[in-house]
Amino acid sequence: MTLKEFWHRLGSPKWFYQMSGRWQSILAALAVLLIVAGMIWGLAFAPPDYQQGNSFRIIYVHVPAAILAQSVYLALGAAGVLLLVWRMKMAQLVLENLVGFGAWMTALALFTGAVWGKPTWGTWWVFDGRTTSTLLLLFLYFGLYALRRAIPAREAAGRACALLAVVGVINIPVIKYSVEWWTTLHQGATFKLTEAPAMPASMWAPLLVNVLGAYCLFAANVVAKLRTAILRQERGAAWVREWALRESTR
Amino acid sequence: MFAVQFRRDWLSLMRAKDEAINPLVFLFLAATLFAIAFGGEPQRLTGLAPAIIWVLVLLANLLSLEALFRRDFEDGTLEQLVLLAEPPFAAVLGKVAVQWCLSGVAMTVLAPMVALLLNLPVGVLPALMLGLLLGTPALSLIGAVGAALTVGLRGGGVLLALLLLPLYLPVLVFGVSATLDTMAGVGAAAQFYWLAAISAMALTLAPFATTAALRISVEQS
Amino acid sequence: MMFDDWQAFIAMGGHGLYVWMAYSAAVALLIANLSGLRAERRRIRRQLHDQLRSRAEEGSDASQAP
Repeated sequence: MTLKEFWHRLGSPKWFYQMSGRWQSILAALAVLLIVAGMIWGLAFAPPDYQQGNSFRIIYVHVPAAILAQSVYLALGAAGVLLLVWRMKMAQLVLENLVGFGAWMTALALFTGAVWGKPTWGTWWVFDGRTTSTLLLLFLYFGLYALRRAIPAREAAGRACALLAVVGVINIPVIKYSVEWWTTLHQGATFKLTEAPAMPASMWAPLLVNVLGAYCLFAANVVAKLRTAILRQERGAAWVREWALRESTR
Repeated sequence: MFAVQFRRDWLSLMRAKDEAINPLVFLFLAATLFAIAFGGEPQRLTGLAPAIIWVLVLLANLLSLEALFRRDFEDGTLEQLVLLAEPPFAAVLGKVAVQWCLSGVAMTVLAPMVALLLNLPVGVLPALMLGLLLGTPALSLIGAVGAALTVGLRGGGVLLALLLLPLYLPVLVFGVSATLDTMAGVGAAAQFYWLAAISAMALTLAPFATTAALRISVEQS
Repeated sequence: MMFDDWQAFIAMGGHGLYVWMAYSAAVALLIANLSGLRAERRRIRRQLHDQLRSRAEEGSDASQAP
């Protein structure tokens, strides 16, 4: 199968549905396995930080959530380009179904960040560069959600959200730069997560496991949401009816 | 195309003056509220004045954006504009330019009076006005994308705010800090360059996004 | 294992409240996410079955009618 052929098939709901059943189970299982293993490793076996003590263990849920929060938005932007330029059906399904997942991950990143901030820096919330841009990311997700809910026609809603996601992705670097510039110049560096001393492997290995797990969860969500959306969309098609019959005889 | 559209919109706005003036009245009214709320301590306002003015400018701009495409959408001219105008983004740019003249430029001109209400030192006025002049084109241009996406939707006003305010943040940050740095006696050249750069970027990208958004909005109706 | 006993593990050196709050939020979200996906799939499968059954009944009615 050439790359071009693969590309066309990826745009075809039927082919995707038939291929993806196994992917979904594998990805979900892998996600649970990696995340649980990474959490236990991080909670019980990673050494405590010499400055922050055990509160540093929150990093193992905070960082994966924050990475996913950004990755999901980037993925929405990429899906937006695919939808606007090539009118790819699958891209619309991605745009419709992953906004909630991304928003929840952003909320989790903000929550764990606040919970981490309290014992470490003595405050739940501070407007530093990263927290501010993550908060704005949450508002961007809300915007996408609200826009989709406001437009009654499904196809128009998909394309409007696609455009908004692309505009958002173009703006995110500017937003990030501006808030970072603002906070470092005017508040003095209260703290910098980036300037933590280089971690030993015993500390970052569980983090790596959890980040991989988070990406598997992301992928499992994409596949699962696409599968249910395809069934709903193509419920009249012959192959869906065949599938339902086969499932009911089981 | 740009000139034709500009003239047409300008004339129609001159006929419906209140639509253009109301956001400016809002700016003054809200600034007055701040001044009254701070009561007998105008000196406390001085340090906050740049932030207050810029936030109010953002909001007043949102108010004037809501009407940007509405009338044309309702009477069907928008459909012709998007489908027939060649090239459509020049016409779109013409509409946005009119909106900018009546929000951004007007607010820049009126800024000294608002600044007076909020006890901002006179020496800072040039910086405030330069910041507004460089930053408001970005607000109007990015705002046009949002206005185009929400035209014809129910509850479009709040939705517009939700979509646009996060995107306005960089302009707010650089605008406020330019004024504050000038007040503190530090040069603010970097912030002015940034405002200009953001506006230039918006000028190159936003008209195309606005045209695409208008197509989506027109096609669904 | 970095902790001597279970009590020390729960206490997390005095930061237990914060650490467990963050982890329980993450676990809750993970469970909610995965079970939500599963519930959605179940729901659509049931819908499809109902649809098929009603269509099959309509079909048999039609054949008996003439």
